Amino acid sequence: MIRYYLEFEKPIEELELKIEELRRISNGKDIDISSEIKKLEKKVRDIRSEIFSTLTPWQKTLIARHPDRPYTLDYINLITDDFIELHGDRRFSDDKAIVGGLAKINNITVVIIGHQKGRGTKERIQRNFGQPHPEGYRKALRLMKLAERFKRPIITFIDTPGAYPGIGAEERGQAEAIAVNLMEMSRIRTPIISIVIGEGGSGGALALGVADRIFMLEYSIYSVISPEGCAAILWKKNGDLSYEDFSRAASALRLTAQDLISFKIIDGIIPEPLGGAHRDPEWMAKKILENILTAVEELKTKTPGKLIEERYRRLRRTGSFEEMK
Amino acid sequence: MAWFKKTKETKTDKKVKTQEGLWVKCDSCKEIIYKKEIDRNLKVCPKCNYHFRIRARDRLKLLIDEGSATELDSDLMSGDPLDFKDITPYKERLKENQKKSGLHESAISVDALIEGHAVSLVIMDFSFMGGSMGSVVGEKVSRAAEQALEKKQPLIIVSSSGGARMQEGIFSLMQMAKTSAAIGRLKDNGIPYISVLCDPTFGGVTASFAMLGDIIIAEPKSLIGFAGPRVIEQTIKQQLPEDFQRAEFLLEHGLIDIVVNRKDLKRTLARLIEFLS
Repeated sequence: MIRYYLEFEKPIEELELKIEELRRISNGKDIDISSEIKKLEKKVRDIRSEIFSTLTPWQKTLIARHPDRPYTLDYINLITDDFIELHGDRRFSDDKAIVGGLAKINNITVVIIGHQKGRGTKERIQRNFGQPHPEGYRKALRLMKLAERFKRPIITFIDTPGAYPGIGAEERGQAEAIAVNLMEMSRIRTPIISIVIGEGGSGGALALGVADRIFMLEYSIYSVISPEGCAAILWKKNGDLSYEDFSRAASALRLTAQDLISFKIIDGIIPEPLGGAHRDPEWMAKKILENILTAVEELKTKTPGKLIEERYRRLRRTGSFEEMK
Repeated sequence: MAWFKKTKETKTDKKVKTQEGLWVKCDSCKEIIYKKEIDRNLKVCPKCNYHFRIRARDRLKLLIDEGSATELDSDLMSGDPLDFKDITPYKERLKENQKKSGLHESAISVDALIEGHAVSLVIMDFSFMGGSMGSVVGEKVSRAAEQALEKKQPLIIVSSSGGARMQEGIFSLMQMAKTSAAIGRLKDNGIPYISVLCDPTFGGVTASFAMLGDIIIAEPKSLIGFAGPRVIEQTIKQQLPEDFQRAEFLLEHGLIDIVVNRKDLKRTLARLIEFLS
């Protein structure tokens, strides 16, 4: 299997390649080098633990965007017993950057909606790199309304660089589509649980993220602007920006799951396997499912009125200001 | 245009200063116009009807019955939740903008009368950090909506903003959801909300309360959108059409209700309030 290693994972890559080579050499031959391999494997684990215990916000951003990272449909495949994808906004088209449908998890019917990035060039283009158009948000809202009518909980997976900035998107009301979702999600009479599984890119992410419970995977990010966008505004070097600039911006923005829980914006962090979710998608999916089930269980006792009131209070509390009286 | 370039090159800082205050170049038609003429015309270009950006307090005077305003929440001051430092720390940047603009924040909130009708009115000021929305703007808008609901009076928000304020990070982003939720409560209770979009309105402000009006009005030629034109150009690597994201373009695409001249705005708001209440 060809793995994709990030720059700061190079020491891991070297060792893992060496292990693979040793295995190949020893394969079918009498020489026993299993103890050698074991030693190396322990070394890899140690190095990985060390690297992953001191990740910078920028490095977490890179993991959140890792090309091998599981996406919404991967998790849907792993956590649902049954799933039917539903398409289209009934107005313009079917936006493939957002997927959604009816699903069964542990015998509970839920509506699952999420941003969907593509794997491989062809699918990436088809999914527009997970950047929705207005019709994507309108499809999402249509499915949420469906869940509301049939009194089913809504699960949303957030993973987008942002809403697409293009001519068609503007012509068809990108801003309006997002705004309407924010308003309507605050009033949906059924539980909403959101999980940031990768990139939470600004308004395009939030448009699926007004919820009763919000979780983030350990190495996911959630921010008002990308580190690249922030660096471009702050240091205005026009294309001359370096990784150091992005790294500085990522730190300044406080965009990690750990930051957001300290701000009390989210309810919990779902730990990832060592090396990131892509290292063990099954394990990751199991953890996600556990969190969803606990939240569904907890929220199902609340009346729609109480649910909406608490959701409103939660939003009303967010802000950092003083009243100078 | 050769002569035009030349004069630009030979202009020194001093010359600009002596001319400042007397002559203004229109952002839209590039005509040089006598400033007093523009001021007399409510800061609207007499040649092309471009509506210059105006300060929140000047806008207030144009919209309400004289002496009817009570300012609300003027004592709200932004925190610095990220401890954000770029070239200047966020706290200093706020102070600079407060000094420069005479405002505490990029929006003012008032209780006032428009042709005798009581309204909750929020006006944004682009000259304060690009009219950006942080926690204070979010709170002012939300409180204004709640107050409108309580007093059963229309809410009017005049927007002019670059979007969510980067320096407050995720807190700014969450103001989008907070304000939209507050507007949502008006919809359930038949309280009219009129949104007025002015040059420019973008990003997190457009993608929240600004596009949620029961009625959405824009001033002529205002630039309004989700993504800024430069970002779009860089993404699609094409030049954008001349009228792209102008108020008239939005009207053409069915995104707003009416384009209204500044001189007619107060009367239009009063008529709409009469229709809806």
